[in-house]
Amino acid sequence: MKTLVIAEHDNSRLATATLNAVTAAARFGGEVDLLLAGHGCDAVAAQAQALAGVTRVLKVDAAHYAEPLVENLAVLVQRVVSEGGYRAVLAGASSFGKNLSPRVAALLDVAAVSDVVAISAPGRYERPIYAGNVMVSVESDQTVDVLTVRTTAFDAVVDGGSAALEALAAGPDLALSRVIGRELSKSERPELGDAAIVVSGGRGLGSGENYHRLLEPLADALGAALGASRAAVDAGFVPNDYQVGQTGKIVAPGLYVAVGISGAIQHLAGMKDSKVIVAINKDPDAPIFQVADYGLVADLFDAVPALTSSL
Amino acid sequence: MKILVPVKRVVDYNVKVRVKSDNSGVELAGVKMSINPFDEIAVEEAVRLREAGTATEVVAVSCGTTASQETLRNALAMGADRAVLVETDAELQPLAVAKLLKAVAEREQPQMVICGKQAIDDDANQTGQMLAALMGWPQATFASKVVVNGDVVSVTREIDGGLETVELKMPALVTADLRLNEPRYATLPNIMKAKKKPLDVLAAAELGVDFAPRLRHVRHAEPAARKGGVKVADVAELVNKLRNEAKVI
Repeated sequence: MKTLVIAEHDNSRLATATLNAVTAAARFGGEVDLLLAGHGCDAVAAQAQALAGVTRVLKVDAAHYAEPLVENLAVLVQRVVSEGGYRAVLAGASSFGKNLSPRVAALLDVAAVSDVVAISAPGRYERPIYAGNVMVSVESDQTVDVLTVRTTAFDAVVDGGSAALEALAAGPDLALSRVIGRELSKSERPELGDAAIVVSGGRGLGSGENYHRLLEPLADALGAALGASRAAVDAGFVPNDYQVGQTGKIVAPGLYVAVGISGAIQHLAGMKDSKVIVAINKDPDAPIFQVADYGLVADLFDAVPALTSSL
Repeated sequence: MKILVPVKRVVDYNVKVRVKSDNSGVELAGVKMSINPFDEIAVEEAVRLREAGTATEVVAVSCGTTASQETLRNALAMGADRAVLVETDAELQPLAVAKLLKAVAEREQPQMVICGKQAIDDDANQTGQMLAALMGWPQATFASKVVVNGDVVSVTREIDGGLETVELKMPALVTADLRLNEPRYATLPNIMKAKKKPLDVLAAAELGVDFAPRLRHVRHAEPAARKGGVKVADVAELVNKLRNEAKVI
């Protein structure tokens, strides 16, 4: 039995989501091949060959893979899977994997399984639904399963391998789309989705001005990303992309600091897998305290500056 | 240009879902249902494109039971021109929905499909990508901006760590992310008007599509509950606990 991991990369290095996906692929118990489609991506191939547990790196180098255009990639993956007889195709549940995997599955005429957090056997998976409020066990008898795996659920694979390198012929350039711009955020702060620490604010802050005045120094002191509850977003304190919750971003940082957040269900759904949760709220009955490891019942206008200055 | 907007009836995002006692699924009896929030954003975007004169017609489509008519009326009240229900009582998984939508798209011949990026019940985030694959169309998922320019559409996408703008040849499929727009509230006059807009019902079984489930969802369970911890007296104790007990700072 073989599994195929689709490499996510920028032609200079692998994304960490791919390292998590290789670990997940190893759970199938067979050989793990890594499909690397890119252009001028020799450095990535070398990095991939060194990963523990990878049997073969299948490199496809062509100008039309310079950007990860999903239409071209999906057709290529479909061909490689059909020819190679793979039991499963895996990618990290990153924006790359979520974009590509369902498209591959449809071309193969199979169901896809998203956001897998556990693989107990080939065809036996577990994944969260309802924003993590329910875990569902999924069974598949398909000849090939297409999975995205939640990166926080599988450790990144380490070096120590020496995979064979094979060059494969490129697939067609469908020329259906092209990338015309990319703007990676240059914020000093980490990205909300994969930050180690998140500082999040709610309606208790009272205004956007207070949000920035109190939380930015705290986030800077902690090296944290900034988030917000839906209530804070709806009140216009911060833009939509700050939102943590069922309809916003799902985060699972090592430390989540909830400031002035009452803890509505839809917010808890987005952060309750954080390792350590701190809540600062003046209402001792706020539901957020039911999930917080450390609760501080206090006026946030005093507590937050005090916390910032003691770090 | 015609735009097709698939919408799904889901458990309202404010509802705390409960697993049935036999673990066979999620309790839906008596639970408030709403249009999937991301689909609402998709409807809004399509309606704005029509209001701007870019699109000429917005057709909402849903696959599911007759109760999904309510969801379609919601889309009509937001401004969709007409609606199509692909009716079935069967369990529909994303691949099946994509196949049914393809059958509808072949009849309707839209130049664009705008979907929500995912439904907040199964959180699959698959149907749009699958439909694009089956149609052989380009796709732009997680859209935060959509600009139509002649026979191409440029879409700004929310990707990990930033934004990416892609240009797609139409016909094309776009999936809506949170930041694309803020959906309007349907006004009472528009809700009344929506009742008179055309809503066609197609039987899923008559579309010549295999929509049988491919996966079995054998057991539903609530995740291990998170236990509340301790209350700390002041900031100093909090910092001390974070440094020395949790060791996270």
